[in-house]
Amino acid sequence: MSKPIVATTALASCFGCHMSFLDIDDRILQLIDLVDFNKSPIDDIKTFTKKCDIGIIEGGVANSENYHVLKEFRKNCKILISLGECAIMGGLPAMRNNKDSIESCLKEAYQDSPSTINKNNILPNDEELPMILDKVYPCHEVVKIDYFLPGCAPRADLIWDALVALLNGKEIDPEYKTYKFD
Amino acid sequence: MKKKFKILIDGKELSVKHGQTILEVASNNGIYIPTLCNYVNLEPQASCRVCSVKVNGRPMTACTTTVRPKMEIENDTKEMNELRKIIIETMFITGNHFCPSCEKSGNCELQALAYRLKMDVPQFSYSFSNKDIDASNPKLMIDHNRCIKCKRCARGIKTDDGKDIFAFKNRGKKIMISIDNELAKNISDEKAQEAMDICPVGAILKKERGFIDPIGTRKYDNKPIGSDIEKLMEVRS
Repeated sequence: MSKPIVATTALASCFGCHMSFLDIDDRILQLIDLVDFNKSPIDDIKTFTKKCDIGIIEGGVANSENYHVLKEFRKNCKILISLGECAIMGGLPAMRNNKDSIESCLKEAYQDSPSTINKNNILPNDEELPMILDKVYPCHEVVKIDYFLPGCAPRADLIWDALVALLNGKEIDPEYKTYKFD
Repeated sequence: MKKKFKILIDGKELSVKHGQTILEVASNNGIYIPTLCNYVNLEPQASCRVCSVKVNGRPMTACTTTVRPKMEIENDTKEMNELRKIIIETMFITGNHFCPSCEKSGNCELQALAYRLKMDVPQFSYSFSNKDIDASNPKLMIDHNRCIKCKRCARGIKTDDGKDIFAFKNRGKKIMISIDNELAKNISDEKAQEAMDICPVGAILKKERGFIDPIGTRKYDNKPIGSDIEKLMEVRS
């Protein structure tokens, strides 16, 4: 029987959840025995090459690229996990959600703030840049998410225990000490 | 002397006196009923409904309902915990409870209840409320986006000469805590800490404190809320 396949991605986030994933330390050797990785920053595979069993999403949906990547994950993964506060509730990027408009946020960031030097007074407008969304959305408001692992960043033990439980077909029953929102 | 009688909480028979509330009886006997707007030495007001229990089949608030003979109370049941979790979820989505950015995180009762009731994500969508953050006071910072309107500050915090520092203003969904800045700017550091501690969430923060407790040493880092009450039962049995 072939090994289950895991894909991971970081949307609007700081990459901290992936760093926390690496905090499982030497258990990463066991993990390699247990699963194969497909699209993931861990092995640097950029696009899906096959269907995956578990997709791990870090970060919320802040722009058009995040949206398409998340849709792609839903299409290609049997189980999706929201990893960390940003994926679950938008997190730090979502602090712009209660501002008046996206325009005021961009002005504040690129034109009006005291530390800004922007001689031509332009806002980022390169065609290559993804379109920024009106709000930062939690992943489960865009696609169906099957499991949620909270934390900022989620404790390495929580990620490990959850993955092992899933791979063995058991329910995720997190330990109190590892189940934190910060 | 008042006559004692018996009631049942989750099938456990307890000997009680007239005039006691269900919450008092439960706490004295090592049974934890989750509470939020209730606080030691404050008159209970039953506004958060988190302490709801089923009394002979009807939901009632444990903090205000006094015991009566033949009461059969359901507390730690799947149904009641599910109801409580929904209340906690609505609080999470109404305000901005982004725990990693909050100095109260780890000592926050709302968060601790979410841990205890195993909330992973609220089933409602977040409102991302846009209320004021009032940092004009030299000792205290008020973030209205985090306030859950439990009124504990208004009920419990008074100056040394008995004047109220906090009060409610407006009505309906515009209701908010207001602070008397004239009085509050002269309060002692201890009083400011008391105001921060009485707030179950991070709406009232003492300034110049920051993230003073390291992760792992905070109140609810290692043990769930209510475990101190449940410990009573273990000691006795």
